[in-house]
Amino acid sequence: MSVVPDTTTKITFTDNNTKFNTAGVQFIINPYDELSLTKALEIVEKNSGTVTVATVGLADSDAVIRKALAIGANDAIRINAEPVDGQFVAEQLAHVILEGGYDMVLTGRESIDYNGGQVCGLLGALLNWPSVNVCTKIDVIDGNAHFERDIDGGRETVISSLPVVASAQKDLCEPRIPNMKGIMAARTKPLNVVAPIAVDGFGHYSSFESPSAKQAVRLFDAQNAAQLIDALKNEAKVI
Amino acid sequence: MTGIYAENSEGIFKKSVLEAAAYASQISTDGVIAVCIGEPNAGEADKLSKYGVTKLIVVEGLHSFDAQNYSKAIAANLEGIKTLILANTYEGKSIAPRVSVLMNGSLATNVVSLPDMSNGFTVKRGVFSGKGFAYVQLNRENKIVAITPNSIELKENPVSISIVKTSVSESEKLTQITSTNKTAGKIPLTEAEIVVSAGRGMKGPENWGMVEELAGLLGAATACSKPVSDMDWRPHSEHVGQTGITIKPNLYIAIGISGAIQHLAGVSSSKVIVVINKDPEAPFFKAADYGIVGDAFEILPQLIAAAKAAKN
Ligand SMILES: Cc1cc2nc3c(=O)[nH]c(=O)nc-3n(C[C@H](O)[C@H](O)[C@H](O)COP(=O)(O)OP(=O)(O)OC[C@H]3O[C@@H](n4cnc5c(N)ncnc54)[C@H](O)[C@@H]3O)c2cc1C
Ligand SMILES: Nc1ncnc2c1ncn2[C@@H]1O[C@H](COP(=O)(O)O)[C@@H](O)[C@H]1O
Repeated sequence: MSVVPDTTTKITFTDNNTKFNTAGVQFIINPYDELSLTKALEIVEKNSGTVTVATVGLADSDAVIRKALAIGANDAIRINAEPVDGQFVAEQLAHVILEGGYDMVLTGRESIDYNGGQVCGLLGALLNWPSVNVCTKIDVIDGNAHFERDIDGGRETVISSLPVVASAQKDLCEPRIPNMKGIMAARTKPLNVVAPIAVDGFGHYSSFESPSAKQAVRLFDAQNAAQLIDALKNEAKVI
Repeated sequence: MTGIYAENSEGIFKKSVLEAAAYASQISTDGVIAVCIGEPNAGEADKLSKYGVTKLIVVEGLHSFDAQNYSKAIAANLEGIKTLILANTYEGKSIAPRVSVLMNGSLATNVVSLPDMSNGFTVKRGVFSGKGFAYVQLNRENKIVAITPNSIELKENPVSISIVKTSVSESEKLTQITSTNKTAGKIPLTEAEIVVSAGRGMKGPENWGMVEELAGLLGAATACSKPVSDMDWRPHSEHVGQTGITIKPNLYIAIGISGAIQHLAGVSSSKVIVVINKDPEAPFFKAADYGIVGDAFEILPQLIAAAKAAKN
């Protein structure tokens, strides 16, 4: 589960554009991870088992991790390191997954901050498990996982044995929100902090940039909308 | 040598694959090898050679998509290749991370620029769902780069191409596809050069006929805002934005969409943005190149008529 800036955040950078400016930013559960968490809970309720949340992050992630526990996860592991890049994160997660002996790992389709869309496939390869991306349905029936996933220009249904790693796409389920009972229970659920393993550098974020500002909009008269088509054709040359 | 994964869709190489080829040929000094799984249609290899691909390896023996089997086949056939370019499609993104583990490489997805190789290998990639870009230096010797469709110029570099066939055995059926449902004839949203999108301002699903008609005339894909797909007026696969699909077409036409920050996140990299909204204060106008303040139900028929006239 990744912890990301709230979706309304205005994104700015500091330190000569080398760092994301976290001043005043509220952090939330990555929206796709709200889906994977909810789906994991649904799966263990229908079958059996427990749900563990694993996050690579520093202590400032704990409040958001508690929220995941309040939604219903049984326990949490925080790997105490800054999540500098998807490959680093996946190596850390693969290590705790192997130690924990899990049957299924669900990630989000992508994190809405770094948008790598990498972790699901990386985990599959690191663990030598099958991986199924962008799933809109996930069920476990008789020890097999059944998926529906988005493909370029359509959808597909897929069956896999366990263990398997899959990523959540919108439409997978209605995300659950914590209730009072859950919030109380979360206070005493285990949140285990573990040290990261040593892995060497894959990539390095050297600097950031904001999208270039737009020029003022050119308006056309509502009575004469045909002029717009003319401008798109002859001026912007996009149709 | 630089490699590309030439994803094929029913035997056809889509534009995103040609972009990968153009990208690879601009950074390679000694040719480009493409790997493709399953036999492409006649004439398709020539499309690749136009953009600099000197050798096409056709891998046979894999009968359905499985990320693990595909990645193994790609990595095995690209031994010795240091840089692999793929399209950042759903298929590309299912494969790229797995190949990067097999190649022990550095991976960058969502890439929108050619690399700066003056000091290492640095690419620009989209982050924060369209609200920013990051420059990432790829440190490992092997590099895997997945490029966002529509971000790389299709620069021609015609060469002659050799084709070799090889075959792998589908050792284990790791995942099994039980059904496939493709929206036939429709342009996939992520690859569309023109997108006509509409929001809650359209009032109800029964009014989408006009949106589809305009899209049809412009050769565009259709998209929508989140509430529209949440209410099932349109399929969720059309939902663009922070929690939907991120797109980068040449032209994005937004009709009856307010322009919330989460919506803009998915579309703001479009080259030209047109906004049609009856509220002159709608935030979307701040992100637009062209706009019309007015009622969509009056403006769409005029646009449809003008698009028809422009076509003839
Ligand atoms: C966590 C989170 C994630 C989100 N992710 C996304 C996302 O990925 N994508 C997304 O789109 N939204 C997303 N949203 C929702 C977003 O905040 C907005 O609520 C949504 O984009 C609004 O959709 P809309 O513009 O269609 O509807 P509205 O905000 O209701 O706007 C309708 C617009 O239509 C105009 N209009 C009305 N009638 C007419 C007419 N006859 N002619 C012309 N114009 C007319 C109105 O002036 C108005 O501007 C997210 C929200 C949250 C909290
Ligand atoms: N720091 C992190 N800790 C735990 N899981 C993460 C972290 N970053 C990403 N993930 C998972 O990987 C998914 C895809 O992230 P990404 O590959 O960064 O787009 C997210 O939705 C999470 O499920």
